[in-house]
Amino acid sequence: MSSAFTKSAARNIFYGGAVFFFLLLLGLTFDTMNTLPKRDNRANLTESALRGKHIWETRNCIGCHTLLGEGAYFAPELGNVYVRRGPDFIKTWMKIQPSGAPGRRQMPQFQLDEQQLDDLVSFLKYASEINTAKWPPNIEG
Amino acid sequence: MKYKSQAVAKPYFIAAIGLFLGQIVFGLIMGLQYVVGDFLFPAIPFNVARMVHTNLLIVWLLFGFMGAAYYLIPEESERELHSPKLALAMFWIFLVAGAATILSYLLVPYASLAKWTGNDLLATMGREFLEQPLPTKIGIVVVALAMLYNLSMTVLRGRKTAINLVMLVGLWGLAIFFLFSFYNPGNLVKDKYYWWWVVHLWVEGVWELIMGAMLAFVLIKVTGVDREVIEKWLYVIIAMALISGLIGTGHHYYWIGAPEYWQWWGSVFSALEPIPFFMMTVFAFNMVNRRRREHPNKAAVLWALGTGVMAFLGAGVWGFLHTLAPVNFYTHGSQITAAHGHMAFYGAYVMVVLTMISYTMPLMRGRAANGRVAQMVEMWSFWLMTVAMVFITLFLTAAGILQIWLQRVAAEPMSFMAAQEQVSLFYWMREVSGLIFLIGVLLYIGSFFIKGKSEAATT
Repeated sequence: MSSAFTKSAARNIFYGGAVFFFLLLLGLTFDTMNTLPKRDNRANLTESALRGKHIWETRNCIGCHTLLGEGAYFAPELGNVYVRRGPDFIKTWMKIQPSGAPGRRQMPQFQLDEQQLDDLVSFLKYASEINTAKWPPNIEG
Repeated sequence: MKYKSQAVAKPYFIAAIGLFLGQIVFGLIMGLQYVVGDFLFPAIPFNVARMVHTNLLIVWLLFGFMGAAYYLIPEESERELHSPKLALAMFWIFLVAGAATILSYLLVPYASLAKWTGNDLLATMGREFLEQPLPTKIGIVVVALAMLYNLSMTVLRGRKTAINLVMLVGLWGLAIFFLFSFYNPGNLVKDKYYWWWVVHLWVEGVWELIMGAMLAFVLIKVTGVDREVIEKWLYVIIAMALISGLIGTGHHYYWIGAPEYWQWWGSVFSALEPIPFFMMTVFAFNMVNRRRREHPNKAAVLWALGTGVMAFLGAGVWGFLHTLAPVNFYTHGSQITAAHGHMAFYGAYVMVVLTMISYTMPLMRGRAANGRVAQMVEMWSFWLMTVAMVFITLFLTAAGILQIWLQRVAAEPMSFMAAQEQVSLFYWMREVSGLIFLIGVLLYIGSFFIKGKSEAATT
């Protein structure tokens, strides 16, 4: 790099750029937080859905599945599983794991009771109604 | 090694390498589970193996960064570390906490672990990469703060250079953004939004400062190029990293419920994110070409050049591949993401830590460079790991393209599992590449035990 461009100029660009763009990120975040009530389906974030989120987290579901496309890529997307399969299928599925089919990917048995299964379904229903800008491309997730 | 206290880096690096080996073993377990689904089930279900794989990566990279900081900050500051004892104490705390956490993943059902460690008081667990129990998270904060105190005191009382300031700013950023791991709102969109303030602002933000400082430090040492030139490059690179990367966070906000303007902000700024990585490539080659000395540690020079190239390929090229919103609509949450993640972490962070280890370990063992045979073995390990990672990435990319076609684009889309079966050939090939990578790691570890005529210590 040419000598007309000094180290202190480079340093100033770094500090100035970092501060400016961090403030811009804060500004956009502020606007995002104001916009979210229209998109994030918070009206349906019931007590049951909140308990369901806790079950989702404490069983480490994200270790195999994606949720709105984030997580592990070993097992199906669950952000839209409520729409794809419906509540009864989800509950039955959870009860009959693992399949034990030789060579197939296995899902652990989490021993959830009826109430916990309902809570998990509430959470997945809530998640499926978040406005995700039409993602995923189709029902298969 | 100019200052006695720099030697505190050594246990950090040894622990890092040990955990690295563990990470790769669990990677191979998961890779096999992709094609032999019931392998080790129910002893080690996939989610547990993955948690171990990713958490070991994070922990060993942190060990690497801390070791690097304890080595380079005294040398740059031209004084002994403020408190070597504190640094050593933190090493043991971090090692015990890290090992206990990994063992608890393997030995205790995750739900019980959550219950016993206070997750009901403050729920932070069960989110990708932030699976650690509350006491571990608090431990990370304590260790980081003690380290920052130690390093800041050293810099404050010593010489201030661009390298030690940038390293310090990067590490402070690392600690500060980690605090968002304690914020876990019930609102899933907010949860995800701020989760990225740890994950993205680490790997596409402050970690790049740490990486830049480490690379600049080694390049000054092995090339003898004027500090003014190298530090100017460093500032320009990290300026571009933050200018592109901060708003680039938006490429994670396309499909999680955030406003749709993020598709523009995220696409435009993250499209610029390859620039700092490309500059790092040019920087590394330029400095080595303009070298004023022939450093006897050829392996360290190779790692420094390698990290420049591979970080650009993995983070820059493979990142750009799927960062534009219209493309990401199809690739989001597919094997393309996995492909990018593997090469980016290897190229940027694994390799820069190994660069630093390669340069400093001989010095801490009382020589300027290892003997010819040891270096040759180390360079073989470089090529095995690097080529294997290129193939892992290519096979996952192929799997990803096919997966996306079958599951998301085709006229009659397949279900997730049906598509997975169709791409299993690529998963097998990835697993074979993974075995080559493991051989590379074993050779790398072996290179530390090769005796032979070494180059005399000069510094």
